[in-house]
Amino acid sequence: MHQSPSNAMRHVYGWLLLTPAAILLIAFTHFPTLATIYESSFSKGNLIRPSRFIGITNYESMLEDPIFWKVLINNFWFAVGTIPASVALAIAMALLVNRALPGRPFLRLAYFTPTILPMIAVANIWLFFYSPDIGLIDQILGWFGFPGHNWLGDPATVLPAIIVMTIWKEAGFFMIFYLAALQNLPPELEEAAKLEGASRWYYFRRVIFPLLMPTTLFVLINAVLNSFKLVDHLFVLTKGGPNNASNLLLYYIYENAFSYFDTNYAATLTVVLLAILAVVALAQFFLFDRRIHYR
Amino acid sequence: MTGIKVDRLVKQWDALRAVDNVSFTAQEGTLTVLLGPSGCGKSTILRMIAGLETVDAGEIQIGGHNVTYQDPAKRGISMVFQSYALFPHLDVRENILFGLKVRRVEVKERESRLIDAARMVGLEDLLSRKPAQLSGGQRQRVALARTIVAKQPVCLMDEPLSNLDAKLRAEMRDEIHRLQRSLNLTMVYVTHDQTEAMSLADQVVLLQQGMIVQIGTPAELYEQPATDFVAQFIGAPPMNVLPISGLDKKIVGANGGHFLGIRPEKVRFADSGLPVEVSAVDYMGAETVLRLQHQGNTIMARLNGRVDVVPGDRLHVDWSRDDAHLFDKNGVRLSGG
Repeated sequence: MHQSPSNAMRHVYGWLLLTPAAILLIAFTHFPTLATIYESSFSKGNLIRPSRFIGITNYESMLEDPIFWKVLINNFWFAVGTIPASVALAIAMALLVNRALPGRPFLRLAYFTPTILPMIAVANIWLFFYSPDIGLIDQILGWFGFPGHNWLGDPATVLPAIIVMTIWKEAGFFMIFYLAALQNLPPELEEAAKLEGASRWYYFRRVIFPLLMPTTLFVLINAVLNSFKLVDHLFVLTKGGPNNASNLLLYYIYENAFSYFDTNYAATLTVVLLAILAVVALAQFFLFDRRIHYR
Repeated sequence: MTGIKVDRLVKQWDALRAVDNVSFTAQEGTLTVLLGPSGCGKSTILRMIAGLETVDAGEIQIGGHNVTYQDPAKRGISMVFQSYALFPHLDVRENILFGLKVRRVEVKERESRLIDAARMVGLEDLLSRKPAQLSGGQRQRVALARTIVAKQPVCLMDEPLSNLDAKLRAEMRDEIHRLQRSLNLTMVYVTHDQTEAMSLADQVVLLQQGMIVQIGTPAELYEQPATDFVAQFIGAPPMNVLPISGLDKKIVGANGGHFLGIRPEKVRFADSGLPVEVSAVDYMGAETVLRLQHQGNTIMARLNGRVDVVPGDRLHVDWSRDDAHLFDKNGVRLSGG
C-alpha cells in the first residue's frame, strides 16, 4: 500500500504547487506596486542632494501641480467621450452583423480590422486624416467649401480628434464580445416575442440588452482600463500637446519618468492611477452585479 | 370560426422539399396532431402556420381569413416551444405577462388574467421565481400559462413534452388536453411520439418526408393504416409486416397483395399454423411480448399476462383472417383489418 504523505508534507506540496504562479505574481505585480508606493515617498535625488524620505510631500506638490489636474480632467473627458460611444457602437455593429445578410463575414472582418492593426500604424493613418489642408478630412470638407483646420494643433479640437480615433479603434474589439453573447441567445426567444407582436426595439430593450449585461460589465471594465492605458497614439499624434491639451495621465507619468527623470513623482502619479482604476472597477462590480442576470 | 385550413403548402430548402403539397383542415375546438419521424417536416408546417417560416407555395387560412403572408402577431395564435422559450432574466410573473405588456392590455385586466392562468396551472406560489429556479415541469407550466393569458383562439405546440421525463410527460399531456378542452382551443400539436398522438388527438396527420401519408382519427390510423409505414409507425410494438411469398397460403387467406400485416396483439398460439422459434420473451406484468423467428422474419406477439415459454421453444402461431392487413408491393393498403 502507498503511504499517504504526512500532514506537513501535504502543506509542502501545496506550497510547491503554488510557488511558480506566486513568484510571477509577486515579481511582476505585488512587488512593483509596493515599490512604487515606497518610491513615491522619496524626493528626487541628484549628484549633490541624494534622494531622501519626504513622506507625503510628493502628493502635496502633486495636488498643486496644474498639469496633473489638466491631465486628470483630460482623462475624464477622454473616458466619458470614448466609453459610452464605443460600447453603443459595438452593440449596434454586433446586432447588424449577427443578422443573415450577404457578405456578412467580410463585414465582421471590416469591423474587427482596427483591432488587429498596431496602434502606432493606426495613429499614422489618422495623422494623415487629420493633417491640415492635405489630410483626408480637410480635403472632403474642402469639397463643400469649408476652410482647412489644424485638428491636432488646436487645443479645442485635439482631444475630440483623439477620442474619435479611439472609438474607431475600440468599438470593433468590443463588438466581438457582443457578437459572441448574441450568438448564445436562443433564437426561440425572438420568435416568442415576435408572436406577441413585440417590436425590434421593445425586444432589444426588454430582452437582448438585459441578457447582454454580463458582457457589458466586462466590456465596461475593459473600456475604463483602456481609457487610462492607451497612450501609444499620443507618441505619434500629439506628444500630449498642444499645451497639454491632449495629455493623459499615463503619458504624463511617462514624461515624468523618462523625459524629466523624476521617477519619484512618476511613482506618485502611478499610485494615483492605480487607486483610480481600483475604485472604478470595484464600483462597477458593486453597482452592476446585483442587477445582472448571469446564466 | 377559428378553424385552420392548410392548402397545398410547400416549403423548399434548396434541393430538399421539406413540405410537399400538404393540405388538411383543423376544425374549431379540436386537437390536431402532426405526427411523423424527425425530419418529416412537421415542425416546419407548424412554424409556417405561426408565420415564423415563409411559405413557398400554398395557402393558410385561420378562421376563414387568408393569413399566409400576415404578420405572426396578427394571426390570433399562441405557441409553446420545445425549449419553452422563457426569458431567463424575467421572473415567472413577467414571463407570463410579457405578451400582454407588448399588446398594452390594461393593468387590471392583465392582473386578473395572470391570477387565473397561474391558478389553472398551479404556479401561484412561484410567480417571483426565475426560470433557472424551476423544474422542467414548472417551466412547461409557465409556457402554458403564457398561452392561457394570451386568450388566442389557436394554440400551436411544438413537441412541448420532449424535454420531460416519462412520468411528468404523462401528467402534462393530460393537463394540456384538459386546457385545450376547457378553453375550447383549436390546437395543432407536433410530436414524433405516437403514444402522445394516440392519446391526445381528435385528428392525426401522419407525415413522411414532407408528405401526408394519412389523415384520420387515432382509431382509423391504428385499424386501417393506409400504408405499411403507418402500420409500423403507430402502435408499440409495431405491426408485423411480412412478405407473403414466404407464407403458407392457408395462413394468408385472401388472394393478392405483397405484404401481410398483423398486429402483435392479434397473434395467438395454435396447434397448427405458422411454425416459429421463440427468440426473446419480455415479461411486462400485464402482458408478455414475444419475439418470434420465422424464416428470417421477426414476428412480435403480445399476449395477456404471463406466458410459459422460454427462448428456443418451437411452437405454432396463427391469427384470425379478418385481423390480417394486406399491402401491395409499394406498401399501399389493399384490404383487411
